[in-house]
Amino acid sequence: MVDAAMTGVIGAGMDSAKLKRMRRFRAGDATFRGLTLGAALLVLLLLGGVILSLIHGSIPALSTFGLDFLTTQSWNPVTEKFGALAPIYGTVVTSLIALLIAVPVGIGIAIFLTELCPPWLKRPIGVAIELLAGIPSIIYGIWGLFVFAPFFQTKIQPFLISVFEPIPVLNNLFAGPPYGIGILTAGFILAIMVLPFITSITRDVFDTVPPVLKEATYGLGCTTSEVVRKVVLPYTRVGVIGGVMLGLGRALGETMAVTFVIGNAHKISASIMAPGTTISASIANEFTEAVGDLYTSSLIALGLILFVITFIVLAAARLLLMRMNVKAGN
Amino acid sequence: MKLTNIAVAAGLFAAAIGLNAAQAADISGAGATFPYPVYAKWADTYKKETGVGMNYQSIGSGGGIKQIKAKTVTFGASDAPLKPEELEKAGLVQFPTVIGGVVPIINVPGLKPGEVTLDGQTLADIFQGKITKWDDEAIQKLNPQVKLPSTAIAVVHRSDGSGTSFVFTNYLSQVSKDWADNVGAASAVEWPVGLGAKGNEGVAAGVGQTQGSIGYVEYAFAAQNGMSYTKLINKDGQTVAPDAANFAAAAANVDWANAPGYYVILTNEPGATSWPITAATFILVYAKPDKPADVAEALKFFNWAYDKGDAMAEELHYIPLPDSVVANIKATWAKDILDADGKPVFTAN
Repeated sequence: MVDAAMTGVIGAGMDSAKLKRMRRFRAGDATFRGLTLGAALLVLLLLGGVILSLIHGSIPALSTFGLDFLTTQSWNPVTEKFGALAPIYGTVVTSLIALLIAVPVGIGIAIFLTELCPPWLKRPIGVAIELLAGIPSIIYGIWGLFVFAPFFQTKIQPFLISVFEPIPVLNNLFAGPPYGIGILTAGFILAIMVLPFITSITRDVFDTVPPVLKEATYGLGCTTSEVVRKVVLPYTRVGVIGGVMLGLGRALGETMAVTFVIGNAHKISASIMAPGTTISASIANEFTEAVGDLYTSSLIALGLILFVITFIVLAAARLLLMRMNVKAGN
Repeated sequence: MKLTNIAVAAGLFAAAIGLNAAQAADISGAGATFPYPVYAKWADTYKKETGVGMNYQSIGSGGGIKQIKAKTVTFGASDAPLKPEELEKAGLVQFPTVIGGVVPIINVPGLKPGEVTLDGQTLADIFQGKITKWDDEAIQKLNPQVKLPSTAIAVVHRSDGSGTSFVFTNYLSQVSKDWADNVGAASAVEWPVGLGAKGNEGVAAGVGQTQGSIGYVEYAFAAQNGMSYTKLINKDGQTVAPDAANFAAAAANVDWANAPGYYVILTNEPGATSWPITAATFILVYAKPDKPADVAEALKFFNWAYDKGDAMAEELHYIPLPDSVVANIKATWAKDILDADGKPVFTAN
């Protein structure tokens, strides 16, 4: 742009002072480009550094246990035998439970806010959701432990146990005793935590749907639910999936709140009401007191696994989007 | 005018900070969380008396050992003592500061604090999931007069590595062969059953909320929060309650003088009134420190704490060391902690 302007300027026979000024603009542009490039490269450098140090730190554990590290669930600091299966399972299952609850609710809130909500109610709900996103995770943890868990233990869990008792597979999934804390409780707390992310992003992308499209569909005699399903959701699917992935990312890595309510047992139980653990909860709990190189290294290896899981989730989301675009004929 | 006001205020503020910085550098230490309340109390009082502050990071015993080995702090603190050969290898000197007890806490409706008595084997069986109901024969036999409910037992243990867990599992390993063979003793173990909760407060909250639960916490914590505890049967077959006198009794029967590196674990000690899950907490410093002046300051602090800190420790439900042990420790300082010229870094009065 500056180049074009300069030739224009020279062509017009401008004096040298103006020319100088123009050169300075060009130099300023180059500096600006350099600075932003530096900022972008810094991210790559940091990411590379983190990956390298994670790999380096986990070499002792991975070379000692090999693939068994991924497939065994014994976690014994006394005999120094470590397997990551229980934390991996806990991480994946709690995140899935969280999404199972938060995605329908979050999208429901977004639809209500953009399509159905009376204007005077829009702001209070919107502000409430943003406040929910701003609460630090430790607060969710304390609230979960002291308020939610006792309520869950005395009211919800006995109900779930008795309801699912006669149903073959579900009675194992919802088997007692009701501790109040466990995988399911962690999933619930995570659902509350990721809900604002999913809601605010889907609401924002729903707002980008051109009103003319919606009005045309209403004009054809469609109901609100048809408009949402046939026009709004297809138009915004990339954004919605992005919001869900952001929520999933937070759920996978959430540490403090989960540590408080999951029960921290390195075990895989058939029941989702039993205590379990997640990768980040294990690291947070045990790192300070991990004596012995193998113990520390195993915890770092857990971190590496979480990194890989997050990467797989992101890659899968990209793949999904590409498929959907192909199907939609773009 | 306003600007000058701000400048004056800033100057005063800087002077205040500068004054602090100008005083002797703070003693730096890191480690065990269990003695943190008493160290903090001592440090506060010591600062008022001498102007020398202490910066103690309660990051856990494992962290304390790592930091002293990395020489980032002047002293490390650990609940689990290092073995004499480890001390030798690392060139460290170890000495105890205070004693505390670990107490089983329970939440069983209808049972008052101290109403239930357990023995070591029963406790180990509960924490192994072999005893699952409160009215189990083994518990009923120990408590013939008590009407026990048929509630399921929920075990609550520490999820973070902890000196408290070390002391507790060390005791269970001594009284139960099963426990020693299958689980062992460490600051973190593979718990056969139960819920993990973070910190003493996490365990207390878990037990407080779960009917039929049992857990273990530092005595100071149980006392301050009014938790319902159990009595235990000690090595001599006597039923004892967790209180200061009984912790002191456990410590009194130990031959500290002949234990190299003060490597003494006070669990399951003999004596009619000894509480069986008692433990000392330890300080680690280098025998030949790179900065003798810093270590001298630290020893001066602990010397002061031994002389004047007993009442403060008792207030916080810790047990001060017996005087004979303190004299011994001071002799160790003079003998083992030396500067480059081979002179003692600090000589106690």
